[in-house]
Amino acid sequence: MPKIKLAENTVQLIKDICVEFENKESELINVLHQVQSKLGYLPAEVQEVIAKELKTSVAKVYGVVTFYSFFTMIPQGENPISICMGTACYVRGAEQVLNEFKRQLKVEVGESTEDGKFSINCLRCVGACGLAPVVTVGEKVYGRVAPTDVKKIIAEYHNR
Amino acid sequence: MTDYKMHLLICGGTGCKASESDEIKNRLNQLIHDLGLEDEVQVVLTGCFGFCEKGPIVKVLPDNTFYVQVSPNDVVEIVEEHIVKGRPVKRLLYTDPTNDKQISDSKGMDFYKKQIRIALKNCGFINPENIDEYIARDGYQALGKCLSELTPEEVIKEVKDSGLRGRGGGGFPTGLKWEITKNVENDQKYVVCNADEGDPGAFMDRSILEGDPHSVLEAMAICGYCIGADKGLVYIRAEYPLAIQRLKIAIKQAEEYGLIGDDILGTGFNFHIELRYGAGAFVCGEETALIHSMEGLRGEPTFKPPFPSVSGYMGKPTNVNNVETFANIPVILNKGAEWFSKIGTEKSKGTKVFALAGKINNVGLIEVPMGTTLREVIYDIGGGIKDGKEFKAVQTGGPSGGCLTKEDLDIPIDYDNLLASGSMMGSGGMIVMDENDCMVSIAKFYLDFTLEESCGKCTPCRVGNKRLYELLDKITQGKGEEQDIEKLKDLSVVIKDTALCGLGQTSPNPVLSTINNFEHEYHAHVHDGKCPAGQCKSLLRYDIVEDLCTGCTLCFRNCPVGAISGERRAPHFIDQTLCIKCGVCYEKCKFNAITLT
Repeated sequence: MPKIKLAENTVQLIKDICVEFENKESELINVLHQVQSKLGYLPAEVQEVIAKELKTSVAKVYGVVTFYSFFTMIPQGENPISICMGTACYVRGAEQVLNEFKRQLKVEVGESTEDGKFSINCLRCVGACGLAPVVTVGEKVYGRVAPTDVKKIIAEYHNR
Repeated sequence: MTDYKMHLLICGGTGCKASESDEIKNRLNQLIHDLGLEDEVQVVLTGCFGFCEKGPIVKVLPDNTFYVQVSPNDVVEIVEEHIVKGRPVKRLLYTDPTNDKQISDSKGMDFYKKQIRIALKNCGFINPENIDEYIARDGYQALGKCLSELTPEEVIKEVKDSGLRGRGGGGFPTGLKWEITKNVENDQKYVVCNADEGDPGAFMDRSILEGDPHSVLEAMAICGYCIGADKGLVYIRAEYPLAIQRLKIAIKQAEEYGLIGDDILGTGFNFHIELRYGAGAFVCGEETALIHSMEGLRGEPTFKPPFPSVSGYMGKPTNVNNVETFANIPVILNKGAEWFSKIGTEKSKGTKVFALAGKINNVGLIEVPMGTTLREVIYDIGGGIKDGKEFKAVQTGGPSGGCLTKEDLDIPIDYDNLLASGSMMGSGGMIVMDENDCMVSIAKFYLDFTLEESCGKCTPCRVGNKRLYELLDKITQGKGEEQDIEKLKDLSVVIKDTALCGLGQTSPNPVLSTINNFEHEYHAHVHDGKCPAGQCKSLLRYDIVEDLCTGCTLCFRNCPVGAISGERRAPHFIDQTLCIKCGVCYEKCKFNAITLT
């Protein structure tokens, strides 16, 4: 992965968040949640700053980031698409919906399109099993999605 | 307080919110305001009604009219007809699929008839963001009674006598757990609520927290009083933003009312509650892993003993209970252990909430007495299988559980019977499957889940499950060999015996259970190269029947990989080496000229 240089105010932002949690190592997960919600993802350089602030090793921070699926080291697309792969959605055809998204956007799970507009991810159960299969784009939830709906959903975001 | 003549309850659970229930609420409020009826009619966004299949739901009180699948466009008609003129909007009523009769009161619906609501008693009745409504339904009464009239020992005895067992899956007696934690001497103890509901397809904990957060807070405070803890922590999934928001509001309101915090109700008892967020790791539902995660570490489980009751969060005695377990506590203490223990079976008391999902007509959240049969759940409450298909199996207990089949339809559901039938209670997810679901693929699906969620600490789980997955994948690809089924069985047993935590010890269950019940399907894949359910792509074959093909070229034009060839007005052919079995030609053909074998 190419090295990125963090802007001065980004570093400050991270430091402020750490201070908010009293620079406690035991608050690592809360810090990561906050930082990711501000920056969108947690690249290695960000983890280095956090490790330094919480006086712990980068290896430990990296260990935690990679352990939990909620944390990501890759930037998401402008419109992150998540396909629910919970059991209820799976038995109602989520896999076919996922394949259709992959085919239409020409990306794999965990990747972003070249123009950065979309990224695809799978998640485990949003708990809206009554609407299975479920797809979320950003905060918006789409229920009872069929492979034939995929084109329409993508089009909604294409010209924004 | 305003004395409203009418209340409109709108479901504000995650499912209904996704279907614009917020917009329904806004439009109702606007219209009622425009008509100058805001002192007469109250609009309330409640928690989940349970009947998710028919959401969004709007219920009108006092006449109990139950509107289903309401859209924001229906709002004007509801207000003009029902509220102003007093005539229910018939087209929005629920229609009983068995006799096509409309039912206006939810009490008359099969979906609700057999349910008894204890943990869900307030879900769909109160506004979860208003503590007064919880208090009006006996809220915090149990806490008050415990603090002022009962000793911790007396409360624990009541919980023990009720027979309540952990609803997170293990089924450990709750009162006993409290007693053990109480008896450990320490200056600092913790109460933890496990709201890391990771079992895909189970959403009861989320619904309770969204619909009735105070019941959980009240129970945690009672638990704190019993075991001698002054701090409670709720470990909740970050994927549940609505539940988090409602919990935060509830904690703030309870603090303002002096029901949580220092010197509760003037009794000198202190109890504070904080939230901790999960970050998407299924294994964190295991209590030792959950505790590590709360400490900011990787959520890896450790060997028990020591149990958290002895050494848990920050090395201090910690009592961990699940959301649904806590939600039962205030009701038990209000109505008494004797009342509670009369419900259910001999060894499993009370009710259980199940999340009914999959190929079933009435997807939703139900609460039934222990001992209800699977048949009652699936056919009476669930309304049977979707599209009139044949029932094949129901998976309970999620990735740790197993499947129950037609033969099990009449067993009374409780902890022990499910275990005896090769499955488990788990957190209460029930995924219904029909004749089109391939059981080998289902086992593979769960293994894929376990693989991703395995923390990697112990070898049996990290490597063993990977090998299981590879074997299953091979079989679904049509490359299975004679000895593979035996290998699956042997390896499963080894993993169960040797894995470190609950996740690994139960991960082979879906494999063993599907082999046990559907071995013939495994054999069909391995020996005949066929997938009886028609789901395993590699084993499918599309062919064009020459006599029926008119040469319209529709399939040729739609094939994404160019596997179809042929002249116009002449029969076409599929090149099997190029075909990716996507099924587009099969769907597009207007002459039924394409066969699937």
